[in-house]
Amino acid sequence: MAKTVLTVDDSASIRQMVAFTLKGAGYDVLEAVDGQDGLEKASARSVDLVLTDQNMPRMDGISLIKNLRGMPSHKSTPILMLTTESSDDMKSQGRAAGATGWLVKPFDPQKLIEVVRKVIG
Amino acid sequence: MAIDMTQFYQVFFEESQEHLAAMESLLVAIDPAEPDSEDLNAIFRAAHSIKGSSATFGFSDLAEVTHVMENLLDRVRKNELPLTDSIVDACLKAGDVLRNLLGAHQGLETADHAAAEVVRERLEALMKGDGVSAAEPGDAEQADVGFIISFKLQCKADEHPRVLENLLVELRQHGRLVLEEAGSGGRHGKATRLRLCTEHDEISLRALLDFVVGSSLKMEGVKGKVGSLVQEEAYGFFDDVPAPSSDALEDPDGAYGLFELTPAMIPANAEPVGMEAEDGSFGLFDVSGLPAAEPDKPAASVHTDESAKRTMLSPDAGKAATAPRAAPGGESGSIRVSVDKVDQMINLVGELVITQAMLAQAASKVDPVVFESLLNSLGHLERNTRDLQESVMSVRMLPISTVFSRFPRVVRDLSQKLGKKVQLVMSGEHTELDKTLIERITDPLTHLIRNSLDHGIESPDKRVAAGKVEQGTVTLRAYHQSGNIVIEVGDDGGGLNRDKILGKARERGLIVHDNMSDQEVWMLIFEPGFSTADVVTDVSGRGVGMDVVRKNINALNGRIEIDSVLGVGTRVTVRLPLTLAILDGMSVGVGEEVYIIPLDYVVESLQPAESMLKSLAGAERVLQVRGEYLPLISLRHIFGVPGNDPPHASGIVIVVECDGMKAALFVEQILGQQQVVIKSLEANYRRVVGIAGATIMGDGHVALIVDASAVVSMARHSLPVAA
Repeated sequence: MAKTVLTVDDSASIRQMVAFTLKGAGYDVLEAVDGQDGLEKASARSVDLVLTDQNMPRMDGISLIKNLRGMPSHKSTPILMLTTESSDDMKSQGRAAGATGWLVKPFDPQKLIEVVRKVIG
Repeated sequence: MAIDMTQFYQVFFEESQEHLAAMESLLVAIDPAEPDSEDLNAIFRAAHSIKGSSATFGFSDLAEVTHVMENLLDRVRKNELPLTDSIVDACLKAGDVLRNLLGAHQGLETADHAAAEVVRERLEALMKGDGVSAAEPGDAEQADVGFIISFKLQCKADEHPRVLENLLVELRQHGRLVLEEAGSGGRHGKATRLRLCTEHDEISLRALLDFVVGSSLKMEGVKGKVGSLVQEEAYGFFDDVPAPSSDALEDPDGAYGLFELTPAMIPANAEPVGMEAEDGSFGLFDVSGLPAAEPDKPAASVHTDESAKRTMLSPDAGKAATAPRAAPGGESGSIRVSVDKVDQMINLVGELVITQAMLAQAASKVDPVVFESLLNSLGHLERNTRDLQESVMSVRMLPISTVFSRFPRVVRDLSQKLGKKVQLVMSGEHTELDKTLIERITDPLTHLIRNSLDHGIESPDKRVAAGKVEQGTVTLRAYHQSGNIVIEVGDDGGGLNRDKILGKARERGLIVHDNMSDQEVWMLIFEPGFSTADVVTDVSGRGVGMDVVRKNINALNGRIEIDSVLGVGTRVTVRLPLTLAILDGMSVGVGEEVYIIPLDYVVESLQPAESMLKSLAGAERVLQVRGEYLPLISLRHIFGVPGNDPPHASGIVIVVECDGMKAALFVEQILGQQQVVIKSLEANYRRVVGIAGATIMGDGHVALIVDASAVVSMARHSLPVAA
């Protein structure tokens, strides 16, 4: 069965690009418009990987990661931060929150597939 | 797998435009003295989002401007910089530039890169406003061409300042230099970024730098004019912030690595189990549990130094953004559809309505007993058609706020320019209106607002002298009224001066007389003769292009009225139909002809008794209806239908109300009431006064749609004939 990736981003174009790219690579893709939406979608069903933006309305990426890690079902779900913040501080925050890794925006589709493959095969 | 990024452009354009619009309205509304942190965050996020997407999709010109703006806003929202009017101005200007660049990418306009560069300089100068950076704002202003150089000195942290200073001294001999960001030393030191105006070309500059710094300096990018930056720009490096992945593992470029999965393993010197891409484009904190993870062999990365970003971290970006805000329009529940598709759908539904009317007409001739079930089904069809039509039409409806939202900016800019104090009060922004109308009403409304500011509102001195508050008020109101949308643009300015307008009209050779009503006098300013008006009064020039405004409104089947009181203010009222496609009409017969009277105008219909008819002086006739005397207008006379009206008592009178005036239209019979699809007479034939359009009836005949307000005013001007 195809693995499911949840992409959380307030930018519709980025979501579309991520979804298109990953679907093309054989993954199922769920989309969420912000952290809150992401949390709801992730609670509603199982996902194999969460890709989340950092800066979003309602709930940001770090809070989403923390919240997900607080849920038994997502204790070990891989979570990648998709972010323009390439700084180490953001990485520290992400890491402290329990992220699996990060991917710097802008990224190209090949890179995205490469990273996702690396994480969930 | 090669992916065509252009397929995402449309969504990107639309979402960027939305972000820009949101940003602008927030910027206009914000009070620099006491900015709402929530608003600041939202503005920051808009810039941030545009930057992220534009960089992803390769629009580096957009990314550059938004990047600087984002940095500036980031400092503001973190209270490192006070928000000032000039920051708001610069951000608004940047918004304009971004809109232009977006338009250019869509092929709609020509990109003004010079303006982009200017605004970027301005934002950067503002960002350095508190002197944190080594660069002087003055320098930044001048350094508009040259090279952007960024590099990382790989020396110890304590040696860094000295090494950097030596290098800068050297570089200053070759041109004008602006240090944008002084880096720092150490393994994870920040990149230094500077701009150099020099006569050297890239190759000699590269040679020069290589020579000066040898292997201790890594040049991340030297490229072109100070314009195409972001893609070439390397990302930042840090030494003051502990690196999340361990030193032992992280690639010197610091771009992608692995963390441990558990928060417990945060310490920077933890055992290196993460990985980081060579180009820093992604990273994993822990690879132990992942399939095919090879910590020591990061993924092959072809794109070196391209995808990462420069230093621009906001440590509390996350926290700040958690504040609750409405989701962006509940996007998940909506789809974007091209207007063409919607229009085609509306057209088809229009045809369906006509077909349904034809069926109904044909069925009216059959025996209702024999064909009972057929007639029942036709009844259902009619209801379903109507429902379908309503839903399809509602797809095109947009709140008028899409137009109104631009006005705070217009008022702000213009009042600044004119040195007036003006506040804009808007109401009814949620009133819905057909998209076509929205698009076509924007310019006339902008014009009216500008006129109100320019010629309506007085200067603060004059206002005070006149006993008014210093700040003028322009009101913008929208509401529905009997099937129309009414938009009012009002001001509490000087009002129109009747005598001066009359004088001006005479000067222009217009036919005027002293007994004209105020309404009629005000309408003179819509005459083309007034359009070039230099000065009528101090409220003068309120005529500049007003004829064009009226023409545009009329073209939309709308009407425009003015009320004004000298010294108190002026109000322009624009009435528009809700949609241009369909209307509910009453079909009436006059001789052989069928006319449609828009139902919105119809108050009642009645069969007049002779006793209700009164003759006034001359041939004019009025009908007394419930104590009111209404002018009696014969459609036959107005439209020149051959033959004579039957005796009044055997005809029907339709009482219509338009422009606040009632009138009685005399017709021979009422044929029915139905929804008709408007076909433009103008597009298919030519404009006819008194006729708003045409439609195809159920029997295939063409019926003309009466422009009630025009008919009423025609009758008023030619009453002797009509009676």
